[in-house]
Amino acid sequence: MDNLFILLLIPVVAACLLCVVKEPTRARWIALLTSLLTLAFSIPFLIGFVPDASMQFEQSWMWIETLRLQFHIGLDGISLPLVLLTNGLIPLIVLSSFGKRYSGVFYALVSFMQAGLLLVFLARDAFSFYVGWELALIPIYFICALWGEGDRIRVNLKFFVYTFLGSIFMLVALIYLYHQGVVKSLEWESLVSLNLSEDAQRWVFWAFFLAFAIKIPIFPFHTWQPDTYTQAPAGGTMLLAGIMLKMGVYGLLRWLLPIAPFAVLSYSHIILILCVIGIVYASIIAFKQQDAKRLVAYSSIAHVGLIAAGVFSWQVEGIQGAVLQMVNHGLSVVGIFFIIDLLQERTATRSLSAWGGFAKPMPRLATVFLIILMGAIGLPLTNGFIGEFLLLKGLFDYGVWYATFGGLTLILGAVYMLRFYQKTMLGHLQPDAKPMIDIKGHELLVLSIITFFTIFLGVWPKAILGLSEAAVVNLLNQIKF
Amino acid sequence: MGAIITLSILGIFLLYLGLYRAKNALLPVTIVGALVALGFILFQWNEEAVPLYHGMVLFDRYALAFSALCMLATILILLLSKEYFRTISDNIAEYYCLIVFSLMGALLVTAYHNFAMLFVGIEIMSVALYILVGIRKNDPSSNEAALKYFLMGAFSTGFLLFGITLMYGAAGTFDLGELRNYVMTTNEISPLFYGGILLLLCGLCFKIGAAPFHFWTPDVYDGAPILITAFMSTVVKVAAFVGFFRLFSMVLVPLSEFWTPVLLTVTIITLFVGNITALVQTSFKRMMAYSSISHAGYMLFAIVSIGAASAPSILMYASAYCLASIIAFATLIAVKRKTGSEHFESFNGLAKREPLLAFILTIAMLSLAGIPLTAGFIGKFLMFNNVMGNYNVMLLVIAAVNAAVAIYYYLHVVVNMYFRDSEEPLEQQIPLTNAYKVVLGIAAVLTIAFGVYPDVILKLL
Repeated sequence: MDNLFILLLIPVVAACLLCVVKEPTRARWIALLTSLLTLAFSIPFLIGFVPDASMQFEQSWMWIETLRLQFHIGLDGISLPLVLLTNGLIPLIVLSSFGKRYSGVFYALVSFMQAGLLLVFLARDAFSFYVGWELALIPIYFICALWGEGDRIRVNLKFFVYTFLGSIFMLVALIYLYHQGVVKSLEWESLVSLNLSEDAQRWVFWAFFLAFAIKIPIFPFHTWQPDTYTQAPAGGTMLLAGIMLKMGVYGLLRWLLPIAPFAVLSYSHIILILCVIGIVYASIIAFKQQDAKRLVAYSSIAHVGLIAAGVFSWQVEGIQGAVLQMVNHGLSVVGIFFIIDLLQERTATRSLSAWGGFAKPMPRLATVFLIILMGAIGLPLTNGFIGEFLLLKGLFDYGVWYATFGGLTLILGAVYMLRFYQKTMLGHLQPDAKPMIDIKGHELLVLSIITFFTIFLGVWPKAILGLSEAAVVNLLNQIKF
Repeated sequence: MGAIITLSILGIFLLYLGLYRAKNALLPVTIVGALVALGFILFQWNEEAVPLYHGMVLFDRYALAFSALCMLATILILLLSKEYFRTISDNIAEYYCLIVFSLMGALLVTAYHNFAMLFVGIEIMSVALYILVGIRKNDPSSNEAALKYFLMGAFSTGFLLFGITLMYGAAGTFDLGELRNYVMTTNEISPLFYGGILLLLCGLCFKIGAAPFHFWTPDVYDGAPILITAFMSTVVKVAAFVGFFRLFSMVLVPLSEFWTPVLLTVTIITLFVGNITALVQTSFKRMMAYSSISHAGYMLFAIVSIGAASAPSILMYASAYCLASIIAFATLIAVKRKTGSEHFESFNGLAKREPLLAFILTIAMLSLAGIPLTAGFIGKFLMFNNVMGNYNVMLLVIAAVNAAVAIYYYLHVVVNMYFRDSEEPLEQQIPLTNAYKVVLGIAAVLTIAFGVYPDVILKLL
């Protein structure tokens, strides 16, 4: 059962199957079942995983023999949380779309994207990594542009060309690295043991960083993000914000840090300043937003800015916090976007000025929303608290001023998130408001699961931190100077 | 050699079939003949290659592989031709005959071992095409294209001959083997020889449509009937490129210091001209013409950084490019038949009317753009890899920027198919014959198969 290749194969097979299903009800049930199957198949890895720094469940085949490129997958403490996050969120995203009438193609694209994401998180060969990286982009482009709204064509074209530009530079860097070794190979082990000169590292750093920074996105590469998030369908936004941007952070951890440590160290000040600017800037913009989705999009820039800053802080706490916060952010952002989508379906608008007073007719929603929101803000006993605490601890050890300004995310986050809550749930209903029905059925189920994990990870963060600790410590130790 | 004889006989035989008005027999006979020729090529695969007819042609593995590619592409294009030719002209036999002759010329160009054969091959290939391009006698744009192509072609052949003459003047031979000996052993290579290289380079760049010798390409591709454009941009282009590569890899490698800067400049200009002009096109066919220029630029990478890995990477790139182009032009024919236009707008709403057709065209576009799991990605990866092997990082960065630009215009048609709605009612489906379905299916499956398991191609050479 603990065969990683099968885990990758299920979504691909599911995608092929779903392509031919036209009828919406049948399509979504098949999608739910296959995504739950993928989730079930990822449980053996969680059970069988030994929490040390080693690479486990490895599988490797020669892919392109003439170039010595392998199809090499494996799992370690850093990738396992993300694999679990992906396979856990996809069923939730599928379930959250039960109120809509999507054809099988939508779910096929979601499944296909899941395969790409999993390949990114599992790849041990840079060629496989790049293939997964690009494969995840195609389906999300179609999801956003086919089911999106507004100016979806232009916005998504920008998104695609922008991210493709980043990744093509990564490809250039990979090919460069391929030629550096004595034996030409793109295996992770051989790339890490290359001992690149400082100059080489510098430009490899920028090529990689461009790809990852656009994906994450780090200020000033974020310009595609608010538009794309806002115009995408709810499911697409959840995929983008919940899982896809983690590819970028994961890429930093898995490839950039070990391959170009010198450059990371010498540029970390610049990158941290960019991250901190992003945090403050995005928070302030988020505060001024009237469109709920746009608000959360900007808040997402602030949150991932802090995560990226944690990675570049070069501390065990910072990186541990980044791993944990990636999972947390995935959970909370999926929850919040789902709530926005629920309210939009009921009121046919996303404008905060047209909302208000929903707590009275929808007490259940008000409760789960509050808990998820607290998780996003980082209130103690919710998951966000632990993550942000660790990230700020890492930043503090790196430099006090970074922590000071990075810490603003807590305050500013509370400001815009509470404003969001107040404008939605509190106050009075609009005079011409339609009668509101409280969440039930699949809506309640999705939000309850997210709420449960928000509190669970807040009380027992070791569930994630325990998995990744050894791998993170090892990552920092093995980097040679 | 059997292949060339078969094709020559086939061409003449087809003319007789036309004479006796056996219209229905034309396509089957052509296909069978082409398959027989392909069989000859495949049987020769394991034989030891020796220059035939006093060193005129050399069917080594390299020539055989590219000949097979050209023939497969031709067969796919011929399969599309059944209804197509009938709609534009009465004299169908001439089409088949000329395509077969042109293919034979292409085979000679891939296998030449003597400059005389290069010239003869290029002329056989081109003369047939001059007629094919202008075969719609009553259409001014077709006539214009034919005239332009003829003048430009004749002009470039002039360059080619000049170059050959100068090289002959310096080395005293047309034979590639002896020319190589001359280059390797002579201490003081005559300046005439260098002049010859430059002129040859110009002539060949004309043929493959590399900038700044590309000006004929868009107009000719645009004016010719779509199937002929498909033939030109795949078979003819590949053959000309292979001839180019053969000369440089067999003879001119030791002089690379001399010609690399020239070719590098040509490559960079070609990339930018092709990609940037393609951005602003409103016609799909014209966009494909410019994109073919930019692909010529990518293929030139293999010559700029010539080495052992060059031949397999050209084969991969050329296969990917041929398959994707055939899909693109086949779809264009189907769409044009329905809407009467070659503009991007005529693709509007295709995904709703013909989801499978739209999906296959999307695969082709992604392959041309170089997205993983398609053959085009492997081709691009190999080309980039060659350049990096030469430590030419600057060229690679330029190529990367161009690849990012290219994604924009390849997605244009995808956007039209999937995200824009057509004004026509949905029920208006596009009738596809079985031949179309077969060709599109084969090309799409091969594109994915080569992308997932490229060793099939790479181990050949």
